[in-house]
Amino acid sequence: MANTDTFVPLPSRPPPRATSGFLGWLRGNLFSTWYNALITLLLVWFLVELIVPIVRWVVVDATLFSALGTDDPAAVCRQNDGACWAFIAEWWRFILFGRYPYVEQWRPALAVAITIGLWVISCDRRFWNKRLMYFWLVGVPVVYILMSGGILGLTEVPTVNWGGLPLTIGLSTVGLTVAFPLGIFLALGRRSKMPVIRILSIAYIELIRGVPLITVLFMSSLMLPMFLPTGVTIDVLLRAQIGIILFAAAYLAEVVRGGLQAVPRGQFEAADSLGLTYWQKTGLIVLPQALRISIPPLVNTFIGFFKDTSLVSIISLLDLVGAAKQALTNPSWRGFYQESYLFIALIFFIFCFSMSKYSQWLEKHVNTGTRR
Amino acid sequence: MPMKSILAAGAAVGVLSVVMPVQAQETVNAVMERGALRCGVNTGLAGFSNPDSEGNWEGLDVDVCRAIAAAMLGDPDAVEFTPLTAQQRFTALQSGEVDVLSRNTTWTLTRDTSLGLNFAPVTFYDGQGFMVPADLGVTSALELSGATVCVQPGTTTELNLADYFRANEMEFEPVVIEQIDEVNAAFFAGRCDVYTTDASGLASIRATVAPNPADYIILPEIISKEPLGPVVRHGDDQFFDIVKWTVYALIEAEELGVTSENLEEMMGSSNPSVQRLLGVTPGMGEALGLSESWAHDAIAAVGNYGEIFERNVGVNTPLGLERGINDLWTRGGLMYAMPIR
Repeated sequence: MANTDTFVPLPSRPPPRATSGFLGWLRGNLFSTWYNALITLLLVWFLVELIVPIVRWVVVDATLFSALGTDDPAAVCRQNDGACWAFIAEWWRFILFGRYPYVEQWRPALAVAITIGLWVISCDRRFWNKRLMYFWLVGVPVVYILMSGGILGLTEVPTVNWGGLPLTIGLSTVGLTVAFPLGIFLALGRRSKMPVIRILSIAYIELIRGVPLITVLFMSSLMLPMFLPTGVTIDVLLRAQIGIILFAAAYLAEVVRGGLQAVPRGQFEAADSLGLTYWQKTGLIVLPQALRISIPPLVNTFIGFFKDTSLVSIISLLDLVGAAKQALTNPSWRGFYQESYLFIALIFFIFCFSMSKYSQWLEKHVNTGTRR
Repeated sequence: MPMKSILAAGAAVGVLSVVMPVQAQETVNAVMERGALRCGVNTGLAGFSNPDSEGNWEGLDVDVCRAIAAAMLGDPDAVEFTPLTAQQRFTALQSGEVDVLSRNTTWTLTRDTSLGLNFAPVTFYDGQGFMVPADLGVTSALELSGATVCVQPGTTTELNLADYFRANEMEFEPVVIEQIDEVNAAFFAGRCDVYTTDASGLASIRATVAPNPADYIILPEIISKEPLGPVVRHGDDQFFDIVKWTVYALIEAEELGVTSENLEEMMGSSNPSVQRLLGVTPGMGEALGLSESWAHDAIAAVGNYGEIFERNVGVNTPLGLERGINDLWTRGGLMYAMPIR
């Protein structure tokens, strides 16, 4: 037998130390040149300078809830340099529910839970049918009765005492659900071939978009009462709600119009050639495609309006931000701004981040056919 | 016919149709029917109107509302509080959204006349002052020439400041900041030498926001008059009388030594003034169109003026204000009740 030499490769050697492992990664990405090394070191120094004081303020030097056991928790807080979480422990119910009667605060809590529940099931595709409509038709009156009371043995709570999270969620929920269909009609109107409808839609959209929300709220709060006879008043919350609806509709209309214009012309022509009526064409062919395209900007607008509702505090409706500010006017607890703003920022973040995550999921699931 | 007069006539009719519906006693009847007084208060001003952590209103302005409700309806909790911003307050009162405004509102001629309002007696005499760091070595506002001054825009504070410095031929550099917490931060960080706002505000800021209150002094000069009191709209003189005399009753009670604690004892007092005030000798309540226990109920609810002051803004509260000019006239202050007889 011939001695055929089979080639036996040497066992492979590990890559050079300098290019592998954690050290290699550091070297390749953070210290590849002298100036990259310098920037890395500067940033590390900066982060340390930034994070250490924050951690110290939030955790190490903070006055925790235990201070509430003492006679004057605010004074205990003032002696420490760190955050005063005792402030949140004392005031969280006020910030969340405003001046809603203290013993009745289970009602706004339940109302918020029901509203969030409605939104959650609305987000689930399994409920995208008639059942969902029934849920809302039952849910909204239940929430309203819970909040205002006056029947079923619930004590009546006037809207002037509503506040905090229920107000923020309520104003944005009602505002957006009513404004959305209005916005769709305005968008269709703006593209209509009928001149009167088109001009009215354009005038409305441009007029509303041309002024800040704050002026619409001021108008509804200050000007409207002057035109009504003395003693005749429209509830201030209702006035603000109408202002928000009118304002949101104009913005949503432009978002929807963007979607409408992105639907290819062939789709309209195909629908026309099938002999569909205007409403069949719009409802079955154009809108489903247009709204799907509009998901990212729609959610963007929704998130924006959820946060914009805090502007109502300028007409002395106390949403989350207003309630937090009002809490700070208590003589014993003045000056704990950072803590209260951090607390409401966290609440806003939870809501807005969930909305944005859901929209990403939704985009993926309704765009499977056209994903690029 | 000249166009102008037609327009003027039209405008007059337009205004009249809004103003006319206010009839005498309309407000009193509305309050009695509703069983609650609608009271406009500040959205949040420490010591004057602010909520506690359970959402109950407290403060000096709030207690005035409760006293009026107690006098009219016998129940200090029969008040619907409406928080109002500075811009909203007069519209809310004129349009009837609130019956009375008890919201640190300065009594001025234009407000009293052209806005169609009536001011009840002053419940707190305030005035604009200056606060400086103690190590600045200044003891009088007249030594402040060339100083940088932290001030909030929009109110009369800015105007008073400019007037005062101009009148005394001094220079100053304003640092104008909108948000109160930012003004506080700027001043205590040393961005300006002087902080100016109402003296009551300065005292409370020094007490609660200053890192060390002893490092700051409030200068003795008060450069403006800010008499604050409850306000009603024109048109219901009986309601105006009720608000006016409720405030006087609170002040009179302090002068006569009637407190919420010794009230029942005082019912047996032999002093004719006390007897008239508390309705033991009838007549006062009837004259106002109220029950004879009006003043008794108001004092039982919130105490006399001195008690209200000490509870909300006095030296033992975080605001730590001295009585000063808000003391009784018998002790050198300005609080003087017209005779209740």
